[in-house]
Amino acid sequence: MPLEPVSVVFKKILIANRGEIAVRLIRACREMGVRSVAVYSDVDRTALHVRKADEAYYIGPAAATESYLCIDKLLQVARSCGADAIHPGYGFLSENPRFARACTEAGIKFIGPKAEAMEIMGSKTSGRRAMQSAGIPLVPGSTTPLSRVEALQVAEEVGYPVMLKAAAGGGGKGMRLVRAAKELESAFDAASSEALRAFGSAEVYIEKWIENPRHIEIQILADEHGHCVYLGERECSLQRRHQKVVEEAPSAVVDPELRRRMGEAAVGVAQAAGYTNAGTVEFLVDAEKKFYFLEMNTRLQVEHPVTELVTGLDLVQLQINIAAGKPLPFAQDDVHLRGHAIECRLYAEDPENNFFPSPGKITRLMTPAGPGVREDSGVYEGWQVPLEYDPMLSKLIVWARTRKQAIARMERALDEYFIGGIKTNLPLFRKILRDPGFRKAEIHTGYLDQILAQSNTATKGKEEKDENDETSRREIAALAAALFAATGKGGSPNGTAAAKVQTPPAWKMVARREGMRN
Amino acid sequence: MIYQIKVEGRTYQVQLTAGNSDGGWRCSLRENSEAEAREFQLDARETQPGVLSLLLEGRSYEIKREMTPAGVVVSVDNRRYATEVGDPRALRTRRVAGDGDSGPQRITAPMPGKIVRIQVAEKAQVEQGQGILVIEAMKMQNELKSPKKGVVRKILVKEGMTANAGEVLAIVE
Repeated sequence: MPLEPVSVVFKKILIANRGEIAVRLIRACREMGVRSVAVYSDVDRTALHVRKADEAYYIGPAAATESYLCIDKLLQVARSCGADAIHPGYGFLSENPRFARACTEAGIKFIGPKAEAMEIMGSKTSGRRAMQSAGIPLVPGSTTPLSRVEALQVAEEVGYPVMLKAAAGGGGKGMRLVRAAKELESAFDAASSEALRAFGSAEVYIEKWIENPRHIEIQILADEHGHCVYLGERECSLQRRHQKVVEEAPSAVVDPELRRRMGEAAVGVAQAAGYTNAGTVEFLVDAEKKFYFLEMNTRLQVEHPVTELVTGLDLVQLQINIAAGKPLPFAQDDVHLRGHAIECRLYAEDPENNFFPSPGKITRLMTPAGPGVREDSGVYEGWQVPLEYDPMLSKLIVWARTRKQAIARMERALDEYFIGGIKTNLPLFRKILRDPGFRKAEIHTGYLDQILAQSNTATKGKEEKDENDETSRREIAALAAALFAATGKGGSPNGTAAAKVQTPPAWKMVARREGMRN
Repeated sequence: MIYQIKVEGRTYQVQLTAGNSDGGWRCSLRENSEAEAREFQLDARETQPGVLSLLLEGRSYEIKREMTPAGVVVSVDNRRYATEVGDPRALRTRRVAGDGDSGPQRITAPMPGKIVRIQVAEKAQVEQGQGILVIEAMKMQNELKSPKKGVVRKILVKEGMTANAGEVLAIVE
């Protein structure tokens, strides 16, 4: 399915973002012959996206509210440098209808959906209403507050277990899981009094409780001429505290028939909202493979590369072409999935210390390469990871013919990866990829938190099995520490002091010698 | 050269003698609890600063070294080991001095970040585990707790200040 030859409508695109996604967008621009414009805050002057862009302009202090979230400043830069489009990336202003509208009013094309479509999907109630009228399956339950008697009726209708939720609530307050009718009354009273205390309203409603669901999402693309296609699914069930950690495509539980049904539902969602450009429709999938609409993300997703690798498409280039008013260059029947892709999100955080952020200087960076490996990174060796922003450093993505081969490839790539100077979650991925449940694809949204809780309490036995390896590794570490000390580079009894002593680079010494000779 | 090396609580004695060839070493290794030392021939090259290519009995290792506030960390097969290199005398004196939890305890920044809250005043009585201050990095807040029951002797930072990893923030006595 060849993309049509590049004929550019935009001359210059402002990238209203930073980090790996800004670099990803700049790369797409470069390949399309479009000039890219980076923006940066005080702490990002030397960031990778600034180095890679064709142009770069300062927009303010480190705090995002005074720089990357500042609509006025972004538009001012766009106008003064003559950008004719803005790509928001993900996060920051990407799902802000005010920004989309401000761009349009300034005569600059916003690469994404229209503000109206964002607004429909952004509100819980209007989103659900739009979905209901489009016949999209929602988690069954009531959308209005209930009395105790009504609650019993609704619970019977949707079937136990059910979840009682505070109508005004959020954050787990006023929520009760009810597994049988006899538990409902006391749970109802508890939930409504908790809701009253927490939110000043005792109203509760019911949703069917979906046990151990999978989070599976469908990528869609819609042009501005009424064509909309789905590009298969992404399995995003491996999450730590609701944050995606590992994503893959396709999902091991989605067969062609389910893919078609979910894909058509997702296209229905997009069309119900008058959606254009790239978007993602998230579903919960239960053990019987019934799926329920969760929400729509009206932007490019972090995990878009796994879809790119199995479809062979460049989603960012397609986004740009769609925004330029071009029709989709292919139809649904032209979309074929090939092989399996897995992505790991690398964060500057310490898995051995509650995943606390670990900003700092990257003193050594060794990145994987070779067959089927893609690294979308926003960092480089010697760079100071700032503490003001999201701690994601890069995404490591692999592709192979089968899921099994993709897992082996990812393990190999992780072995080649080394990030020195800061703590990262690299060890977490090694643990996940070895996990028998993950290898069998028996995962759900609570799975990772479960295995992390288990490994915190019961790693002892496993480590003993490793004891022989561990002993010899420890010995090698001792030998290496002695060798570093013996070769005089940072191994003195106070190693930290020695680290600061820098021998002048060889070229400087040569230059000096040459200088003396003249 | 003889080095006394601590790796995760174990102490090794490593003796190194430069061999005839470039990068070649004769070495003997003995864990302190063991009676006998083992002898190796090995070939070690620093391929770039802090990266050591080590050939030992046909096995190839790529070892990386990092300098951290906590000491020298050496990675073998992607496992990180905190190491301490010293001469035997230094280790002995430190052991005598002891670093139990009597005496003043320093509260250090576990990561670079901004001090968002100071929860106690100097000279205040604190319980073990009581929050002393809150440090924030990358939108995550981390409460640092008192390691012991005692008196806050000193607070070395102010709210709004930025601290580096390992920097001493407060002292509890």
